[in-house]
Amino acid sequence: MGALKKALKAFENVLPQFLVVLILVAMALAVLDTSTISFILGKDTGAWGVLVASLIGSVTLIPGFVAFPAAAALLQGGAGTVQIAAFVSTLMMVGVVTIPLEIQFFGKRAALLRNFLAYGFSLIAAVFVGWVMNQ
Amino acid sequence: MKPLLRRYSAFLVATAGFILFLIVLPAYQAKALGTLAFQAETMLLVIPPIFILLGLLDVWVPRERMMRFMGPESGAKGGTLAFLLGSFAAGPLYGAFPVAAVLMKKGVSFTNILIFIGAWSTTKIPLLLFESAALGPRFALSRLAIDIVGIAVIAVAIKSALPQMEVARLYKQAEMND
Repeated sequence: MGALKKALKAFENVLPQFLVVLILVAMALAVLDTSTISFILGKDTGAWGVLVASLIGSVTLIPGFVAFPAAAALLQGGAGTVQIAAFVSTLMMVGVVTIPLEIQFFGKRAALLRNFLAYGFSLIAAVFVGWVMNQ
Repeated sequence: MKPLLRRYSAFLVATAGFILFLIVLPAYQAKALGTLAFQAETMLLVIPPIFILLGLLDVWVPRERMMRFMGPESGAKGGTLAFLLGSFAAGPLYGAFPVAAVLMKKGVSFTNILIFIGAWSTTKIPLLLFESAALGPRFALSRLAIDIVGIAVIAVAIKSALPQMEVARLYKQAEMND
């Protein structure tokens, strides 16, 4: 009984942030749909493409089971491995739209720092994955 | 606790923005509403089970035990455990934040909390299998390898960049979310 009550209270505590995130995600994904993303990543875009890929990954919130098959299709369509790896890594580690929620639990400093570091790391990881795939 | 209206003020602003978005950009209407419904469904499926598990964790697992396993004195063992705990999770990253708050309350060290968040964000095992199937084991495993390093580096970097006072404040806040 105590557990359920605690659960409900903890849930209601973060509900306002959740609702805000929900709306932000709906708007971001409406503009950035899969065909837009594939258009940008599908080209032979070099470093510029990696940058764009990582920025798109940072602001979108797509479940892995949707993102991975899409990424696989793009790779087969001739997209660069580094671009795809940058997209996948930032998609998972960086969450711009969920930052309000993260701040609620971790404070502004830690939340911003984590996303900033995760972004930088994602670029390194992308180059690494690209290097391994080319061996 | 803040008054209800103030707590939901950001939500009201976002809703107004969303309605404006629908009116100004009618081309995106169907897409935006569809995404909203899909994301809401995901959240409704993911969030309640997490919070119920959290409630149980909170009530059933004694603080002393958690502290021994993943507290400040737990060393590499605690870090590994935090990593595994995050990797066996399911669901999007935002599901990890409330779990982290309960772990803080139970005395898990801040470095281990950060490792847990890092693992949850990117080395989830079910997703790894899926990534391996879609993009090939070479892609998935090389990403996993560098992610393990990255998670540890990011955790240590945030821990050392954050003033002790800020960490203490976060723990106090987690304590109060009771």
